[in-house]
Amino acid sequence: MPESKAHWSLYLYCLFLLAPLYWLVSMAVKHNRDILGGLELVPANPTFANFVEVFTNPAWYQAFFNSLAYVGINSALTISVALPAAYAFSRYRFLGDKQLFFWLLTNRMAPPAVFLLPFLQLYSSIGLFDTPLAVALAHCLFTVPLAVWILEGFAAAVPRELDEMAAIDGHSFSYFFFALFIPIMRGGIGVTAFFCFMFSWVELLIARTLTASEAKPIAVAMTRTVSASGLDWGVLAAAGVLTILPGVAVVWFVRRHLAKGFALGRV
Amino acid sequence: MQPSRNNKAWLAVAPVVLVVAFSAIVPLMTVVNYSVQDIFDVNTRIFVGLDWYRETLRDPRFLEALLRQLSFSALVLVLEIPLGIWIARAIPRQGRQTTVFLIILAVPLLIPWNVVGVIWQIFARPDIGLLGAAVSALGVSYNYTSSPVDAWVTLLLMDVWHWTSLVALLCFAGLASIPPAYYQAAALDGAKGWRLFRHVELPHLRSVLTIAVLLRAMDSLMIYTEPFVLTGGGPGASTTFLSQYLTTMAVGQFDLGPAAAFSVLYFLLILLLCWIFHASVMRRDA
Repeated sequence: MPESKAHWSLYLYCLFLLAPLYWLVSMAVKHNRDILGGLELVPANPTFANFVEVFTNPAWYQAFFNSLAYVGINSALTISVALPAAYAFSRYRFLGDKQLFFWLLTNRMAPPAVFLLPFLQLYSSIGLFDTPLAVALAHCLFTVPLAVWILEGFAAAVPRELDEMAAIDGHSFSYFFFALFIPIMRGGIGVTAFFCFMFSWVELLIARTLTASEAKPIAVAMTRTVSASGLDWGVLAAAGVLTILPGVAVVWFVRRHLAKGFALGRV
Repeated sequence: MQPSRNNKAWLAVAPVVLVVAFSAIVPLMTVVNYSVQDIFDVNTRIFVGLDWYRETLRDPRFLEALLRQLSFSALVLVLEIPLGIWIARAIPRQGRQTTVFLIILAVPLLIPWNVVGVIWQIFARPDIGLLGAAVSALGVSYNYTSSPVDAWVTLLLMDVWHWTSLVALLCFAGLASIPPAYYQAAALDGAKGWRLFRHVELPHLRSVLTIAVLLRAMDSLMIYTEPFVLTGGGPGASTTFLSQYLTTMAVGQFDLGPAAAFSVLYFLLILLLCWIFHASVMRRDA
């Protein structure tokens, strides 16, 4: 049987993962003069001033909500278009299905830098520039192909007999899809939402290019502070800590599905 | 059971095609269109054929960035794939500990990429960083803002920190799916350590490893944010990769034609590399 105890090297690796995070948190509770004054492993005069600054300055917390807004829109949009497609790919052969599936995946291979300029012009011309919707739509570039790919794996695992039983029982297709298929797929949908979050929340290049002031996301607020006010390390670290929290929350919610989810429904 | 033939399935796929057409085809066509024109303003554009492509392929800075990019991606794969497999094997398969390890591993994947840059900036700086100060205290001269070698080491360390978890989680999912009977059979044959891994575990990791290599290859080829925050592409141009050079060209200088030709070549390169890898895996399977 495989080992039931963790290998010592795993503890070492976790230490390597956590050390930079510890350092970020310790910076976040220090005054700037203590940060620059010298190295201290444990903050001598801990302070929450940096967090207060982030919570009371609208430029910071507004940016935080902007990010949550486009990530939410993106996940909802992605899952609602990807679900029927995943169902179709898992159940039917149709004209050009393999080509279509492959083409969807190639979009995941497109470097965001390639699309910057056209995105800027496209979203400006239809009046969406500097709105969360623009960023949400642009992020569909990589979330939709990934979602179709993951959901197809989960949909293929749903036995086809279920479709037939529903038809024999006289249920309409829409009843089957919404009342039977979607509830069965909820694990897959959760995992897909996790991956949408994972790739939309963390992205900077597109989000930065498609926003100016109104819809500025938190990640961008951080880079601009660096250049504007001559590096306020403490506040920067505090904002950094806050951007990690939603991710930790999401991991916590899907913790039971993590192993299965990372198999993308395929193993 | 064989999937049935039904062209009505296109109706279910239509929304996806529509969304992706809007977010991918329209922009891609714009890029291709720009790459063959010289644009002065909205009304004055001249068709220049493949001139921009020739210019890009002769641009020494493009070729240097390309070489750096390929070396970086190769190093990333060489470091992260074996390390990821090793870590996945070190995780206990069941129990409360397992969940704790999986959560710790997943955290770096959900941190915004520029925050990853900031974290490593704070961590590695010789004056205020724990790592920087520790290495300097050991008597090794280390400064990633002035030495290209140190910058590369820091970038690779950061990428390993950031992304090895993805490989490890994928591999763990693969390992967790191996039926215990395989291990019992291997124990009867006396297979342990390397032989157990090579003949029992590795065959079950094929599909997840294919996904891991593809994702790490394409994402490392697109890397932009982390080096941008950590080193700004420097010192000099020693950590300027393709995306960063392209972004300077497109949004910094608005060189539409050359940037568009660059974009098309860049996209084709990633497609080609992924296709070659995928095709070779498929051929070995067949």
